[in-house]
Amino acid sequence: MSVIYQKTYNVEKDDYANAGLVSSLIKQSLRTIGVSSAVSRRVAVAVYEAEINMIIHAYGGTITLEISDDGAIRLIASDLGPGIPDIQKALTPGFSTASKKAMELGFGAGMGLPNIKRNADEFHIESSPAGTVLDLKFQERE
Amino acid sequence: MKAEDIAKVLKAKKLSLSGEYALDKEYSMVFATDLMSDALAMIQKAPEETVLLTGLCNAQSLRTAQMLDLELVVIVRGKELNEEVVRMGSDLGISILATPFTMYEACGILYREGMRSVS
Ligand SMILES: Nc1ncnc2c1ncn2[C@@H]1O[C@H](COP(=O)(O)OP(=O)(O)OP(=O)(O)O)[C@@H](O)[C@H]1O
Ligand SMILES: [Mg+2]
Repeated sequence: MSVIYQKTYNVEKDDYANAGLVSSLIKQSLRTIGVSSAVSRRVAVAVYEAEINMIIHAYGGTITLEISDDGAIRLIASDLGPGIPDIQKALTPGFSTASKKAMELGFGAGMGLPNIKRNADEFHIESSPAGTVLDLKFQERE
Repeated sequence: MKAEDIAKVLKAKKLSLSGEYALDKEYSMVFATDLMSDALAMIQKAPEETVLLTGLCNAQSLRTAQMLDLELVVIVRGKELNEEVVRMGSDLGISILATPFTMYEACGILYREGMRSVS
């Protein structure tokens, strides 16, 4: 299995005006490449939640999209901190530390990470004060 | 329910009409929320038949619709969307209606008309 497509996008901290733009570009390229609507929708929901989290909770970072020759899609969302102190707690549906500004944007339900986990076929998360890394894989489901 | 009939019962202003709007498309489900992650969690099936009802009048309600492949968004309480956001909606092929009714009233009206919750 080898990677046939790779692209990295920057996500800026507090860039509320462009929130969702990277996810929009990723969704459009998946459709152009010919990924099914079911898979692109799952990828889009996950990457959008991750992008918003990087803007509202973190100091920005990068999102990388990788596609392999067997059709597997990998997303790596890597931010610049401050990290998640208690990952178990953060993964609990309803848990949120969202600011007023994030709420105005329509976020803060505490459903983002659970949504990402449910939509991805493989879900890895690592976090330290230096940053949080989400490593996700997606493929066609039967 | 057809989008045209939804607009009529909600006395809605048509802010953006995509190609799909004009067609004889039937919508059968509604999800109503101001929290986008709730919509992203709950709308899993038949997005093309599902309407997003929301009081959130910024670009994220349309981004959410885009990620979920939704085609119709209804903004409640007569809020105005700025032009840039409306243009983004039409570029994405999403129709946008704006109703003067509150969320509660709009839900009640659509329920009475036979629209149901997402399953
Ligand atoms: N990239 C991140 N960096 C730092 N903290 C994060 C990050 N992502 C999530 N968190 C923390 O985990 C909590 C839960 O995240 P989750 O995405 O599930 O919910 P939310 O962002 O608060 O609300 P929602 O996603 O429903 O709009 C956040 O409130 C925040 O405290
Ligand atoms: Mg979130």
